[in-house]
Amino acid sequence: MGRKQVIFIALLIAILVLLPVVVKKDNIINLALLVLLYICLASSWNILGGYTGQTNLGHAAFFGLGALSTRFLWMSGWSLLPSVLAGGLLAVAFALLIGIPAFRLRGVYFAIGTLALAQILYITVGNVFSDISSLRPQDLATYQLVPRYYFFLVLALLITGTTYLLVNSKLGLGMMAVREEEEAAESLGVSALKHKLLALSISAFFAGLSGGAFAYYHVGYYPRFPFSPEWTFDSMMMVYIGGAGTIIGPIIGALFFVVVRELLALKLVELHLIVFGILFILVVLFLPGGFVEAWKKMQAAFARRSKERGVKVSFQTTDD
Amino acid sequence: MFVPLAQSLVFGLLVGALYGLAAVGLSLVFGVTKFLNVAHGELLMLGGYASFWAFTLRGVDPFLTLPLTMVFLLVIGVVLYKLLFAHMVKLTEEAKIQNTLLVGFGLSLILQNVALRLWTADTRGITTSYSRMAFTFLGVRFPIVRVASLGIALIALFALDLFLRRTYTGKALRATVENWEAATLMGIDIQRVYLLSFVMGAALAGAAGCLVSVGYSIDPGMGMSWTLKGLIVMVLGGLGSFMGTFVGGIVLGVTESATGYFLTLTYREVVGLVLFILVLVFRPQGLFGTKER
Repeated sequence: MGRKQVIFIALLIAILVLLPVVVKKDNIINLALLVLLYICLASSWNILGGYTGQTNLGHAAFFGLGALSTRFLWMSGWSLLPSVLAGGLLAVAFALLIGIPAFRLRGVYFAIGTLALAQILYITVGNVFSDISSLRPQDLATYQLVPRYYFFLVLALLITGTTYLLVNSKLGLGMMAVREEEEAAESLGVSALKHKLLALSISAFFAGLSGGAFAYYHVGYYPRFPFSPEWTFDSMMMVYIGGAGTIIGPIIGALFFVVVRELLALKLVELHLIVFGILFILVVLFLPGGFVEAWKKMQAAFARRSKERGVKVSFQTTDD
Repeated sequence: MFVPLAQSLVFGLLVGALYGLAAVGLSLVFGVTKFLNVAHGELLMLGGYASFWAFTLRGVDPFLTLPLTMVFLLVIGVVLYKLLFAHMVKLTEEAKIQNTLLVGFGLSLILQNVALRLWTADTRGITTSYSRMAFTFLGVRFPIVRVASLGIALIALFALDLFLRRTYTGKALRATVENWEAATLMGIDIQRVYLLSFVMGAALAGAAGCLVSVGYSIDPGMGMSWTLKGLIVMVLGGLGSFMGTFVGGIVLGVTESATGYFLTLTYREVVGLVLFILVLVFRPQGLFGTKER
């Protein structure tokens, strides 16, 4: 990281930390909280989907399991942090349980298999826990948005920071090697299964923690709601639109998603999904690196143009 | 004991025929082009709405509009192919499956929300003058609309089979399934074969959608569950055998209704998905498929 980047990141974090102090409007803080929630989900999806190349269509299952167990433990008297942590660990346990059979499936079968698993959980949880889950009256009386906002902020920083460390480690390099060419990676002694399982576990752990934070944040919802496939699909689209396999990509994607959704929701409820669907297709077909790649291309084109102009000027001067 | 069980199994068989029809379209496209079009369920939904509106606005019998619905979906198939899928023909097989999955997913999101916008979230179905008619055999009811749908599904399947076995173009299609590189060397125009199989898949989805709108019900969000059913059946039946796929559809339909009968209706959807995962993990070639090489 360059010095410029460090300053920029520090400034960004400072703004996010100070936001609830400066802005007192609950709806703005709530919007910022949603952006952070989607950053958590998209960034955790990115670890397996972007860096390791395994399209996981069952991310909502981990999010849902985290939410379900956190809510249950927290309501039954555990304090918050252990409940959230337990939610994350349960998601990892489930990930390991399904990971070994699921990774026997290559490529697309993994994607469909995880989608089927998540749907099984979604329907089953809806059948078993059919009553709405609400906060206890004493929690409702003291409900405050700002601590929830900070909870999500810390989580988003934790996930992004971990991704940064991971990507610059040997493990991260192994994950990317598996993504690029599994056979070649194996032939160099990189165990594909080990790296995939590890990426899946980290991804599931963070999704589980995000689910826990969701259980802490949301006042009343049906227990199956966090298991709904939209959480997976939205995260996946954010990652692709922002830039899969980059750290900043999911962040840009999440911010873009929430802002556009809010702008369009004023007019038509469904319109934002049509817009995202079109953008998503365009990215997959023509711009596999998403916004991040578009930005890099623009920068490169700009640099080239100014260079050409520079050359021309010097040419003219020597000519004279 | 006998009659209620037999009744639910018969209903399972009848709906299974439609699962089979939906899956045959999906499997035809996947087999020839390696495009995994997860918007197949949405194409089916469009077919359902086409015949629903033809019936509601013009009073045309849905069984008469069936060929028109197929043509309508064929045209949509051409447009979608030229606009989106043609870009992915030259990718490697793995990248092709992956990218078509993603594009299909985006497409399903678009179609679903456009349908929601145009036609609201209401559940609809076609009720004709003969919709309630049924004949009874050993105390088991056979609604004629659903029996007719089974018949049409079978006819479509046999026509497809005949086309693939007897015509030159059909043979070109099958050759491409076997080995597309060799097929190209034999002078088969692969682009045309891809386009043809894609639009045939779309037309089959249209036919299935039309039949669903008569015997059952349609809504803008139905696509994903039909795509999943198609995928389940495709995997159950194993690739490359359309008869196997159709039988897989019936297996799924009967399993679902047996689950509904012995357990509860709420777990009907789950059992198919569980079956799907078990087959994927333990028998990837499908229940009726043979192992490659």
